[in-house]
Amino acid sequence: MRFLGKRFSSFLLEIMKLRIDNGRVLDPATGLDSVGSIALAAGRIIGIGRMPEGFEPARVIDAAGCLVLPGLVDLAARLREPGHEHERMLESEMAAAVAGGVTSLVCPPDTDPVLDEPGLVEMLKFRAEKLHQARLFPLGALTHGLKGEVLTEMVELTESGCVGFGQAEVPLASTQVLQRALQYAATFGYTAWLRPQEMSLGKGVAASGAIATRLGLPGVPVAAETIALQTIFDLVRSSGARVHLCRLSSGAGVELLRRAKAEGLSVTADVSINSLMLTDEEIGYFDSRARLAPPLRQASDRAALSKALADGTIDALVSDHMPVDDAAKTLPFGEAEPGATGLELLLPVALHWAASENVPLRRALAVATSAAAGVLGHALGTLQASVGRLVEGGVGDLCIVEPDERFEVVGQALVSQGKYTPFEGHALPGRVRCTVVAGQVAFER
Amino acid sequence: MTRVRNPQLNKNGELIHLLSLERLPSEIVTHILDTATNFVSVNDREVKKVPLLRGKSVFNLFFENSTRTRTTFDIAAKRLSADVFTLDIGRSSTSKGETLLDTVDNLSAMAADLFVVRHSQSGAPYLIAQHVAPHVHVVNAGDGWHSHPTQGLLDMYTIRHYKKDFSNLVVAIVGDVLHSRVARSDIHALKVLGCPEVRVVGPRTLAPAGFESMGTRVFDNLQEGIKGADVVIMLRLQNERMSGALLPLREEYFKTFGLTPEKLRWAKPDAIVMHPGPINRGVEIDSAVADGPQAVILSQVSFGIAVRMAVMAIVAGNSA
Repeated sequence: MRFLGKRFSSFLLEIMKLRIDNGRVLDPATGLDSVGSIALAAGRIIGIGRMPEGFEPARVIDAAGCLVLPGLVDLAARLREPGHEHERMLESEMAAAVAGGVTSLVCPPDTDPVLDEPGLVEMLKFRAEKLHQARLFPLGALTHGLKGEVLTEMVELTESGCVGFGQAEVPLASTQVLQRALQYAATFGYTAWLRPQEMSLGKGVAASGAIATRLGLPGVPVAAETIALQTIFDLVRSSGARVHLCRLSSGAGVELLRRAKAEGLSVTADVSINSLMLTDEEIGYFDSRARLAPPLRQASDRAALSKALADGTIDALVSDHMPVDDAAKTLPFGEAEPGATGLELLLPVALHWAASENVPLRRALAVATSAAAGVLGHALGTLQASVGRLVEGGVGDLCIVEPDERFEVVGQALVSQGKYTPFEGHALPGRVRCTVVAGQVAFER
Repeated sequence: MTRVRNPQLNKNGELIHLLSLERLPSEIVTHILDTATNFVSVNDREVKKVPLLRGKSVFNLFFENSTRTRTTFDIAAKRLSADVFTLDIGRSSTSKGETLLDTVDNLSAMAADLFVVRHSQSGAPYLIAQHVAPHVHVVNAGDGWHSHPTQGLLDMYTIRHYKKDFSNLVVAIVGDVLHSRVARSDIHALKVLGCPEVRVVGPRTLAPAGFESMGTRVFDNLQEGIKGADVVIMLRLQNERMSGALLPLREEYFKTFGLTPEKLRWAKPDAIVMHPGPINRGVEIDSAVADGPQAVILSQVSFGIAVRMAVMAIVAGNSA
């Protein structure tokens, strides 16, 4: 109930009694997979399979033919607030989240202004909570203004709601600052969220390779990722810091991660839906929908990312949601703003990945639920035991999805204000029918 | 997976824009070169005009500075009797915050029939071609590092003029291949026309091994690279390459990759030497070569007008 605020009182407790019947209830964390009912009351799950005695729901949803899953946890979604309040961006993107079955999301700090002050974080969390849609977990900036010079007040920022600290798309120029930032974060057990990208090598607009060569586009070599990874791993070794690696893009990067994990370093990683399923072939004739950061790479990289996500080397799948408007995308490829809309595609891509690459459904769903929540770990506080899972007594966050319903991706038809995605025109499975957050229906189709 | 049809061809496979030479059907390339042959004689007549584009408006949109290419397009359009408008966009609209497509919309409203576009960003002419009304044509006059198709075609015209046939040729492209739209266009055109061996030659900073993916052989040694070549295409070395840690001094470049009469002997005795211009004497090419009997650099310039006439006449004659 804390999520809803105190003024929603006993009245709500009554009407929020909800029962979902006949669905295939699937919890990737425990392996639970059976057709049955779920009871929710007071924002929590109070019964899975067996109903509490005398439970009288105010509403019953028939989920026959549907999967009933924990609400999705997306570790990388930009809402572009603060910065785009005049476009009501927070409202539209939070609505896009629940339309995609996402009930918890992590937003990077590269807003305008940057999330480097507790007041900004509190305001963002407050505005998000008022919408009663997905739960928002902001990342704070690692350095003031992401400028790579002065560390932020990480303790204060954590108290105001940050779950970790990062530099978003702005790599640190100084390795010394990175070292100190990791040492400082490690002091308090905070996680640094870093996208491995060597600053000067990372300046191109497409992955180095045959396509960038042919199209005359400045390339981003794989070394931009691997050099950054080596640096980060060395500093993790010496500082004992915990690092989450955001959006790996290359097979060579995956191999370094595999070794670091085998060594026992405290690192986790994610991959975007774009890098998981697509390659730089999508650029076609300079299609700016495929202008992404990190860039889409080659088929061998994609295969390595897919394998690593399946075997657990990569922990989580993220939407890497980034709404970009027409003015910023209808530009020559190299000038177009990187990024694609993704919140509404996370679950369909996970299901598509499971079907097309023979990944067990449980794993394909875990990477966007329990395994993603695992990356957040104790930063979730009291929610740690239940976000991304179906637990009696835990938060009532879930989504009901028709898994076999295929649809053609049409950017213009998405809820998000971001209409650009390299999946445009692709047929994907999985339509979200209903999303429940804190026991309340937040979206229904 | 490319979901979009090649935007420079209509559904009958006819050329409606000229954006790149990549995988263009060889019949189209040959047709352009044959058409250009007819226009070469126009350039020798007393009245140097044909009425093919009478009443049509051609807009030269140069978002990047150029004198030579712009002038030859200007002359070519005028010889086809078009009304020609040249806009120096670099200094006007975009500096006032107007976007590329805003500019194109404004000029389209002035009843443009054909845009000749040069832009510093690879792919910019594609964006324009996909945006304009179906009756408007776009000819790429150079985009970023990507393509300079009319230069590629005039190079093919020149090679065909001197060597007749592509099927036994060894062509070496020497210099800053990485940043060169001319090199990419030449490579594509040579492949389309069946040239069996295309080489790129330069230091590894400027001729990286990745060019093998375009079907070329890559050499980092001038002697090996031009040995036995029938055609040697020297590329212009931009001054800014020295500041970007790609090369040390231009003197060292001339010593290692500059073409002198002595080094030219490594190629076939009847090899021709080409250059897209403007040449840097004493940097990539010695004056004795540039002005020597094997150089065909000035022929390239005069063929350039005929080739651009052919391209504009052909695209304007096809409809989307």
